[in-house]
Amino acid sequence: MAELTYRDAVIRGIAQEMERDPDVVFLGEDVAKAGGVFKATVGLFEMFGPLRVRDTPISEQAILGAAMGAAMTGLKPIAEIMFSDFIAVCFDYIANEFPKSRYMSNGQVKCPLVVRTGNGAGSRFGAQHSQSVENWCMMIPGLKVVAPSNPTDVIGLLAASVRDPDPVIFFEHKSLYATKGEVPDGEIVDKLGTAKIVRPGKDATILALALMVPRALEAAEKLKAEHGIDCEVVDVRSLVPLDTQTILGSLAKTHRLFTVEENPRLCGWGAEIVSIAVDEGFYDHDGPPVRITTPHIPLPAADNLEDIVLPTPARIAETIRRSLNS
Amino acid sequence: MATVKDRAQAKAGSGLNDDIGEEKRLAMYRTQVVIREAEQRAFDLFLQNLVKGTSHLSLGQEAVAAGFAGAMKKGDLSFCTYRGHAHTLARGVSVEKVLGELMQRDNGLMRGKGGSMHLTSVDHGVMGSYAIIGAHLPIACGAAWRAQYKGAKDVSVCFFGDGTTNIGAFHEALNFAAVWKLPVIFVCENNLYMEYTPIADVTAVEHPAADRAAAYGLERIVIDGNDADVVYRTAQAAYDKARAGGGPSLIECMTYRHSGHSRADPAKYRPEGELDRWKQRDPVKIYKERLLQFGVSEKTIAGIDAEVRKMVDDATEACKAAPVPPVDIMTTDVYADGGWAWRN
Repeated sequence: MAELTYRDAVIRGIAQEMERDPDVVFLGEDVAKAGGVFKATVGLFEMFGPLRVRDTPISEQAILGAAMGAAMTGLKPIAEIMFSDFIAVCFDYIANEFPKSRYMSNGQVKCPLVVRTGNGAGSRFGAQHSQSVENWCMMIPGLKVVAPSNPTDVIGLLAASVRDPDPVIFFEHKSLYATKGEVPDGEIVDKLGTAKIVRPGKDATILALALMVPRALEAAEKLKAEHGIDCEVVDVRSLVPLDTQTILGSLAKTHRLFTVEENPRLCGWGAEIVSIAVDEGFYDHDGPPVRITTPHIPLPAADNLEDIVLPTPARIAETIRRSLNS
Repeated sequence: MATVKDRAQAKAGSGLNDDIGEEKRLAMYRTQVVIREAEQRAFDLFLQNLVKGTSHLSLGQEAVAAGFAGAMKKGDLSFCTYRGHAHTLARGVSVEKVLGELMQRDNGLMRGKGGSMHLTSVDHGVMGSYAIIGAHLPIACGAAWRAQYKGAKDVSVCFFGDGTTNIGAFHEALNFAAVWKLPVIFVCENNLYMEYTPIADVTAVEHPAADRAAAYGLERIVIDGNDADVVYRTAQAAYDKARAGGGPSLIECMTYRHSGHSRADPAKYRPEGELDRWKQRDPVKIYKERLLQFGVSEKTIAGIDAEVRKMVDDATEACKAAPVPPVDIMTTDVYADGGWAWRN
């Protein structure tokens, strides 16, 4: 075991896969010589050289298009889109090209690639560099969508994504890069489509993703200490494939469901999960499922404002307490 | 280093030289006739409501496809647009598979799951037909990057229309390919119209691809896209350059589509007489005359014409008799496991 930051886990995860398979290549803006604007790719250029770790122009369409062409013809590219907000300028590849080529060609074309991207708020960057856009990708048939919350999951899920034969959009949370965790030694390979119960409990289920996982855990401890409410926290980890069995299983145990979502309200990932949980677990609910989200607004830059629009441990705890008491 | 244009001209020499040879010429003629007959048949079948959806024909643009396919080696990759029937047929994909896809039958190239705009045959090096303008230029760069990385000698070619030169992905791909010195050839088929609008009305320069080549440090190349020999020689020079590590080429082929943009378009926006003038320069007509000049007999030419027509007739009948796709393929191949499951 070693203590590692989430940022260093990204480096270790990429390095682990590049060492394993010479067909894994990596491209993006400032990722090679500069080591990435978030310093999450430092040292890879030195380790694997200029043919495998390549700086690109500011050309997001070229980055994703080139990754796709390489993937179709035998490589396993990892492409970085610096901020997930920039997915909007290359959305054609994510919405129309990666996920449809296999289907439209009746299985002839493959597209095994990973798009890594810095997602989420907390850096006071304002509305165009802070969004949580995993739901933009979740809605597209043919994609897989992953968002790890801790260093060990970063390595294991990144490895699983690189080894996966489908296109995977891998959301790293910018506000988690500096966080630390104990990480096992040696190769780590996880499995996509598996949620994880990170805190067992019996009174309510809290579903969370990425930065919202530590916040949900903090809220759960607060509820336990102050109100004796024992929450089960489920780290969803992978939106597609979605581990509905773990989610429904937890609901069947606690009988109350809460989602904690960083995305703005409308069409957030929790809406789909709540719909499934109502449809398939209707008689397991002792009260209405509740979604705790960022309000439906662009994100403000000012620190005091950004702090209160995201779900905080205090808001999560208070919402759950009131809902259970009503 | 000799430019692509120099090399093409050097190969051409002067007058009626025979640098290409009869076998290659007959093959390129046949390719053009296959495209002409299959596209005309697609149009006829559309009028009978047997070709469904949309279709974008290459009638009048056959020489570009034939010339490039003639210069390709096995393993070279083609990336096409929604106007991709010609380039698919030129790589040797059967007319039955193509018409079957246009008619959305189970015998189609993708069993009706892709349709007219997405013809793909990986076995033939046809890596897809892309219906979002410009999308495939970066994708072709990626395939070329793989060849460069692996030390493979194949070259990727990317065909697109004049309208594509005004979308951002064109610029991104050209710059990217030039900076990374990728073995990729960008081929602009300038048929004078972006959909319904004259390209000159919406473009800052006269030659929408070639006049921008300098911005990427590339040679300015404009050729007669209706003469398969000219296309072939230029293509060969560009392939040679790419295989030798010389990087990308951008080639603008001047041509003209005889029909509208898509099946919905009667092309009434064209000035009186324009189509007639271009029909004087019909690529199939030009090439038939070329064969005769080189001593190929009328009988040989008529034999190719008849063989192709029968093949297209047989393909048509096979497609008419083919069943529609079974319902169970609706959910196959969404993911690599063959299915569509997004949850457990």
